Amino acid sequence: MSGAAMQRAHSAPGSTTEPAPARDREVELPARSADSREKFTVSIRRPSGPPRVATGLTDLQGNAVTAACSTCHTTRPPDHENRRATDLDDFHSGMSFSHGTVSCLACHDERNYDALKLADGRRLAFTDVMTLCGQCHGPQMNAYNHGAHGGMTGYWDLSRGPRVKNNCIDCHDPHAPQFPKMQPTFKPRDRFLDHTRTEH
Amino acid sequence: MTVDNADDSSRDERAGTSSGPTLPILNQPSSRRTALKAAGAALGLAAFGKAVSPLWSIPENVSVDEFLQQHYKELTDDEKRRVFERLEAETQRQYGKDVTISDPPPIPGVRFGYAINLSKCNGNGACMEACNQENNHHRGVDQSYIRVLEMTKGSMDMEHGTTSYDHSVPQEDKFYMPVQCQQCENPPCVTACPVEATWREDDGIVVVDYNWCIGCRYCEAACPYHARRFNWEPPEIPADEVNPDQGYLSNRIRPQGTMEKCHFCLHRTREGRLPACLEACPTGARLFGDLNDPDSDINWVLQNKRVFVLKEELGTQPNFFYFFD
Repeated sequence: MSGAAMQRAHSAPGSTTEPAPARDREVELPARSADSREKFTVSIRRPSGPPRVATGLTDLQGNAVTAACSTCHTTRPPDHENRRATDLDDFHSGMSFSHGTVSCLACHDERNYDALKLADGRRLAFTDVMTLCGQCHGPQMNAYNHGAHGGMTGYWDLSRGPRVKNNCIDCHDPHAPQFPKMQPTFKPRDRFLDHTRTEH
Repeated sequence: MTVDNADDSSRDERAGTSSGPTLPILNQPSSRRTALKAAGAALGLAAFGKAVSPLWSIPENVSVDEFLQQHYKELTDDEKRRVFERLEAETQRQYGKDVTISDPPPIPGVRFGYAINLSKCNGNGACMEACNQENNHHRGVDQSYIRVLEMTKGSMDMEHGTTSYDHSVPQEDKFYMPVQCQQCENPPCVTACPVEATWREDDGIVVVDYNWCIGCRYCEAACPYHARRFNWEPPEIPADEVNPDQGYLSNRIRPQGTMEKCHFCLHRTREGRLPACLEACPTGARLFGDLNDPDSDINWVLQNKRVFVLKEELGTQPNFFYFFD
């Protein structure tokens, strides 16, 4: 997030704006063709909702007990100075954080930890996280909207079937968004460039 | 030739040099003339034998129907249906799997294009694996239509890329370039084929009739992108891994001794679906669409990104593009 955007975030008056109306551009992009044939939609995978934190306990059925963010955060005052996991005393300290110099509360809403916060202070549901990412990552968002960034499955031809696109956080950990290194697992034993099968 | 021989022999008989009716070249006095005739007849027989010799050397695994099958473009719909049924039965017999062989035609007005974002590709190779599975490749060599080349930054010469890297990716000083069939507008492989077993379809996809291919591999030598593969061995695929959704010109199991190549998953893409390698890419580097649709994503990339094609100087005019963010 740029400095200016952060300034706006911090200086935003305590607003009571409700979560931004979610289902416009995010959920179903209208097909860009003007043709009147019926088109299927391009939909974007959405996170299921606010994350739940594992408590390390299990209930009587053996299921893990999880807690909402607000369970703890409503009892503690927010600290705008926290910028990385090592700044934290009790919780989340094992988390790896590598996302520039943004502070926790640049994205998390200190008035409701079960929601996110846009740069202008408006509250944003976790399910609409891409609106948050797009504030700073404009070129990526633009490429994404044109299929040049981000994975997808389904149909290239929307007159025959729908397409489903990945959400930002399907591939990028929001706390450490750089795409991780990978280990190649599949390697054709190709006689042209490898020399393991040269009998022919 | 036969007529000439008959004339010769009747002339010989008139000359009174033979006793009773005999074959023209038997029981004749040994002379230079008859020796030459005998040699000529033997040569003629040998040439005829050689000309029909393929009939005697039909490999055991090729049925008569398959041997007599016409070129794909000369098959009527009815003949195609019988060919597909025969191939389905053969697949069931050899691989123990019920498959459906279809033949979707090009979609009128569509010209396919593919683009890869080299700023995103990290060389993990999931595309190669997806291709191997989707296209019923020989598992023995883990064949794939895609090679992901590890390239040193600063050069775009694919001849210097390597495929044998075995370390975590991406490396700092490298970039990764997947190369597969570029579906050229002007494909050298098609020109090279001596039997017209490969051709360019109306949607830009270069296809192979695997049953017409003679396996000479001229096309492999002609392709500047090293995109063609030869089936050295009969493909081995476990029954539970055979992809039953097959196309005659695409991913049906190819016989030994034939050439094959990337066909943009035409059994999927001509039904409107995305290619398997694109869906498998974990970095979202791949982009597929209709070049004839001005509003398509691929046209946005061609107009807004820094795009290049491989070996542009050869004039092959690929429908496959590479770009950087």
